[in-house]
Amino acid sequence: MSTATTTRPTAGTTSASTVAGGGERIGLRSHLRHIGALARRNVLQIKQDPESMFDVLLMPIIFVLLFVYVFGGAIAGQGRQEDYVNYLVPGLMAMMGMNVAMGIGTGINDDFRKGVMDRFRTMPIARSSVLVAKIVVELGRMLVATAILLGMGFLLGMEIKTSVGGLLAAVALSAAFGSALMWVFMLLGLALPTAQAVQGMAMLVLMPLQFGSSIFAPPSTMPGWLQAFTDYNPLSNLADAARGLMGGGAVAHPVWMTLAWSAGITLIAAPLAVARFRKKT
Amino acid sequence: MTRSDTNAVEVRGLVKHYGETKALDGVDLEVREGTVLGVLGPNGAGKTTLVRCLSTLVVPDAGTATVAGYDVVRQPRELRRAIGLTGQYASVDEKLSGWENLYMIGRLLDLSRRDARRRADELLERFSLTEAARRVAAGYSGGMRRRLDLAASMIGRPAVLYLDEPTTGLDPRTRNEVWDEVRAMVAEGATVLLTTQYMEEAEQLASELTVVDRGRVIARGGIDELKARVGGRTLQIRPVDPAVVPAMVRALDETGLGGVAGATAVPDEGQLYVPILSDTQLTAVVGLLAERGFAVAHLATQLPTLDEVFLAVTGSKAPIADGTANPESDPVAEEVTV
Repeated sequence: MSTATTTRPTAGTTSASTVAGGGERIGLRSHLRHIGALARRNVLQIKQDPESMFDVLLMPIIFVLLFVYVFGGAIAGQGRQEDYVNYLVPGLMAMMGMNVAMGIGTGINDDFRKGVMDRFRTMPIARSSVLVAKIVVELGRMLVATAILLGMGFLLGMEIKTSVGGLLAAVALSAAFGSALMWVFMLLGLALPTAQAVQGMAMLVLMPLQFGSSIFAPPSTMPGWLQAFTDYNPLSNLADAARGLMGGGAVAHPVWMTLAWSAGITLIAAPLAVARFRKKT
Repeated sequence: MTRSDTNAVEVRGLVKHYGETKALDGVDLEVREGTVLGVLGPNGAGKTTLVRCLSTLVVPDAGTATVAGYDVVRQPRELRRAIGLTGQYASVDEKLSGWENLYMIGRLLDLSRRDARRRADELLERFSLTEAARRVAAGYSGGMRRRLDLAASMIGRPAVLYLDEPTTGLDPRTRNEVWDEVRAMVAEGATVLLTTQYMEEAEQLASELTVVDRGRVIARGGIDELKARVGGRTLQIRPVDPAVVPAMVRALDETGLGGVAGATAVPDEGQLYVPILSDTQLTAVVGLLAERGFAVAHLATQLPTLDEVFLAVTGSKAPIADGTANPESDPVAEEVTV
């Protein structure tokens, strides 16, 4: 036989990276085509299963009503709920990104149990395409949630004191941070054994981050040790940045902090998620 | 690049261990271009691990494997372009319609929109799924799903097709449908590596056979050679009157038609079994029964089962189903080339 039978491939992790790295390169246009085809798949899945949109359709409505009318009076003072809308909605934009991102972890975990993943992994496509397509579609879902949130805000008397540009910048910033978080949850979804485990783990991280931030109430009312935490909480930065971009005020610091967090999280979590995805057998 | 002239698949000393489990423990095999190799073995023999190694889903611990001239470890991307995989569990997206599944795969294989559309229509037609094309795959029957899966594997016109237990869990009628499709693909020149637990399936589809057990090849050869080794078919005879069974056995042995191993009577069942090595012998046995005036209630020929194949090549019973049976016997039986 002409085949060389003596070479012994290196075992374990090193050969896993060889699998990923070797061979012909995939051109950018092919890459985009693959992502498009896979994103189309994810959209068609939503069409087939419309209940999966309930979270992005209803969550913003419920949260705005709940916080404005149940806590708004206590936080901003009785009868001043409208002031609280202006405070709350930019904060909720930050939260929306996180909640939608959480869903991606359970989604990818579920997806992995299906045979179709094996098919993707035996096709001549970059393995990251599957993950990127998922992020693209989740970003779309996140924008739907944001649109509904803003609609609710306007209904309840929210005002944009800056400009449309400021509003769009706030939306873009929360999308950037949201997509960074999606990589984290994707990593969790790939690393943990079941969708339930992902959900439990995600809640454990989410609750303190969400409530220990400036999303719902000004940190100035919190004890000092908690303020120290909220100051470094990226969700506070994002909420403050969105608030400044929509309502006026100094934005440079929180905007830069948010961008730095987003870039940092993506740079660490995305390669880990892709590597995990490649190795998963 | 190491391209072989005649072998589409070449596997040398392939090893894959999962902890203590030796899923593949030095497997050698080759599939000639344009032929079907049946890989026969019980559950847990390493069949699926073999297919997963050959389709780049699993990286082997040692050994080499080339498919269509590409090395599984060093040239995975080129290799993926040359293969199609249909697994034991249908690898289609259940939430998508049949058409959408095929269109998506066409696009992932870099077909233009128009070509992807055309190819999807074409394959749905060919696998008799046109009527169900717009329905969601979750609503398909088991056989339809398997056919869609085969169609999906065919979109890129792969040089080598892996069928990993393609009919496990299907009813006999659906199984025949799948077999027909596989035969049609082979007629068009596809090279197929088929794994199965059923001797009958191997006999229907494969020309060559490799028998595996516990990650090792225990026998290989042409299907007819192997069958002859196992003893070919068995004729099952049930006379109307169970009392004549011994007389039948005597008659067969007297005339030398009882076969090498001799006819075996099973008085409890009121029937007897005759090993059949040729069609001539079969005809002669039936003729003898008529000549001697035995009234026969039931006649049937049976192919050797996987059990019997194992018995013949290893001298031990096949550890069917759980893969842990008979720990006493030596699993590393001498490899017999027939």
